[in-house]
Amino acid sequence: MEYFLELFLGGLTRGSIYALIALGYTMVYGIIELINFAHGEIYMIGAFTALIVSGVLTLLGWNALAIIVIASIVAVIYSAAYGYTIEKIAYKPLRNAPRLSALISAIGMSLFLQNYVLLAQTSDFLPFPELIPEFGFLEPYSNFIRSSELVIFAVTAAVMLGLTFLIKFTRIGKAMRATAQDKMMASLVGIDVNRVISVTFIVGSATAAIGGVLIASHIGQLNYYIGFIAGIKAFVAAVLGGIGSIPGAVLGSLVLGWTESFFTGYVSSDYEDVFAFLFLVLILIFRPAGILGRSETEKV
Amino acid sequence: MQIHHSRKKHFTAWILVLAMVLAGSVLMSCGEAEKPAETAKEAPAKATEPIRMGVAGPHSGDLASYGIPTVKAAELVVEQRNASGGIAGRKIELVVEDDVCKPEIATNTATKLVADEVDVVLGHICSGATKAALGIYKESKIPVMSPSATNPGLTQSGDYPNFFRTIASDDAQARLEVDFALAKLNLKKIAVLHDKGDYGKGLAEFAKSFLEQDARGEVVLYEGITPGAVDYSAVVQKIKNSGADGVIFGGYHPEASKIVTAMRKKGMDTFFISDDGVKDDTFIKVAKEYAEGVYATGPVDTTQNPMAVEAIERHRKKYGEDPGAFFLNAYAAAVALLNAIEKSNATDFDSVTNALRTEFVGTPLGILRFDERGDAIGVGFAMYQVQKGQYVEIK
Repeated sequence: MEYFLELFLGGLTRGSIYALIALGYTMVYGIIELINFAHGEIYMIGAFTALIVSGVLTLLGWNALAIIVIASIVAVIYSAAYGYTIEKIAYKPLRNAPRLSALISAIGMSLFLQNYVLLAQTSDFLPFPELIPEFGFLEPYSNFIRSSELVIFAVTAAVMLGLTFLIKFTRIGKAMRATAQDKMMASLVGIDVNRVISVTFIVGSATAAIGGVLIASHIGQLNYYIGFIAGIKAFVAAVLGGIGSIPGAVLGSLVLGWTESFFTGYVSSDYEDVFAFLFLVLILIFRPAGILGRSETEKV
Repeated sequence: MQIHHSRKKHFTAWILVLAMVLAGSVLMSCGEAEKPAETAKEAPAKATEPIRMGVAGPHSGDLASYGIPTVKAAELVVEQRNASGGIAGRKIELVVEDDVCKPEIATNTATKLVADEVDVVLGHICSGATKAALGIYKESKIPVMSPSATNPGLTQSGDYPNFFRTIASDDAQARLEVDFALAKLNLKKIAVLHDKGDYGKGLAEFAKSFLEQDARGEVVLYEGITPGAVDYSAVVQKIKNSGADGVIFGGYHPEASKIVTAMRKKGMDTFFISDDGVKDDTFIKVAKEYAEGVYATGPVDTTQNPMAVEAIERHRKKYGEDPGAFFLNAYAAAVALLNAIEKSNATDFDSVTNALRTEFVGTPLGILRFDERGDAIGVGFAMYQVQKGQYVEIK
């Protein structure tokens, strides 16, 4: 039973890691139906930014709390700027082009950013400082859950609720939903569609940056390639949960995390990915739109 | 939401594939076919004919850089030997033959060397070519010593009593890891993990089979992990649940540092033993304080050995550059072969191989002797441990 609980929590951590990245994926898809493959790279850039900022602040002798707050804020701003710029450069000119063109552009952007960081920084693995301190009250449960895991769960839940609130109850959220339904009609009733899309990218990139900081701090290392693998898994999780759905992205990520964890724990990690993707295929056979996805009726 | 009404397009693309037939061109090196090294200029002191040492390996083609340093090592050793009078008054002569690292050509090379009546052979370089050639030398009773063929089967199969080598075989690291875990650390239950790659899985398979043959320990977990995964908490839980008191990991440092970090953070003090893919300073840099106490095997560092320093210096002087791949191994092999001939005072198969197995010889790789199977004792890997942020060799 203890083993089960450990695997459950391990899967929950992994799932939350996927979820932090999947949220941005699914949000962008929900608004403009673009699979933003560069999203994983934004996550990686967020982590790199936090590494540089925290390195500088540590040298200056700031305290731990100030470092994590400032590093996160800088990472969020920097990544959001990247997200905004990428959309303007790589996606906006292709908005009325066939969807495949934007997809190729996204893949190109992903490769560009990876190689840019590879050249500008390094190909080596770098150590990432543990920004999240160990909480005293978790000490008795340390073999089940650690503070960085707790922070990841909490932040994932907060980001999910925040995004849901943003989309459901705010003015910009309303504009996002309208844009998602029909860009042409939305612009006819006075919604600045370009601005809505820019905001979507900024918010999505900011969540990726938060993910980057927390996950790198949890794992303790990063290199230019971390965004690619994490991005693919997060994308799968978003599809599993129903792409375009905010709670779906979180649910899909958790399901994927648990699947991998339990399969590794009770069967074998040799075929971990095989099993995870087999599970994905099975779910999509029975629920083509994903677990929480609504099968869209075509609006003519 | 934009709807494209089914505009069905059928693209049919026919791609013509032109079969390119590459005429297999066999590169034969003619230049160095027979090269008497340092022919005795002054006074043929005795009427005895010279000792002939064959040198085989890739001397042309894209793998030439693996074979040429061996030729140079042989030239240096023979030059020195002949300058001091050869062996019992007999000069040493080199017979250099190219095998381009190809098994099918290596058999020709071997046949040619046998026809040239060489007494011993230094080579071949590649495991595949070595294996192909060995049968021919075996029939002709010629001892062969390779500086670089690492395939375990060459010595372990027992098929080639004429084969020796001055490099550790691929399984030597696994052997060392297992022996260290069982004998030095007294571990009973061992989890063997690998990263599913050729290198990591190969080592892990050897480690597993060695453990299974040994009654002192048992394999409680054998798993492949997915390289690059975001975390390994499930695998770490599994290690914990298996009750293992040690982990042997075949793979590279990025995965090792994640696993070690996760284990230590879970409060597990399980021993972690790995290979030269982990014996890298990046591992310590990334795993930080969690790297402390981790064991990893790595090649024994012999560049400070006085003979190695001298050999490298002579190479620089004669060829004007630093030596290439397997130079010290080849130098050691040439020294060992000549020493065996000198000590046994004969060139027949039984005397030479017996001397190789019994006589210790000082080489740039340290003082060597060969075991029953032909592997050099004392060559190969050493165990290192991270101590205060540095890999320290454990004697």
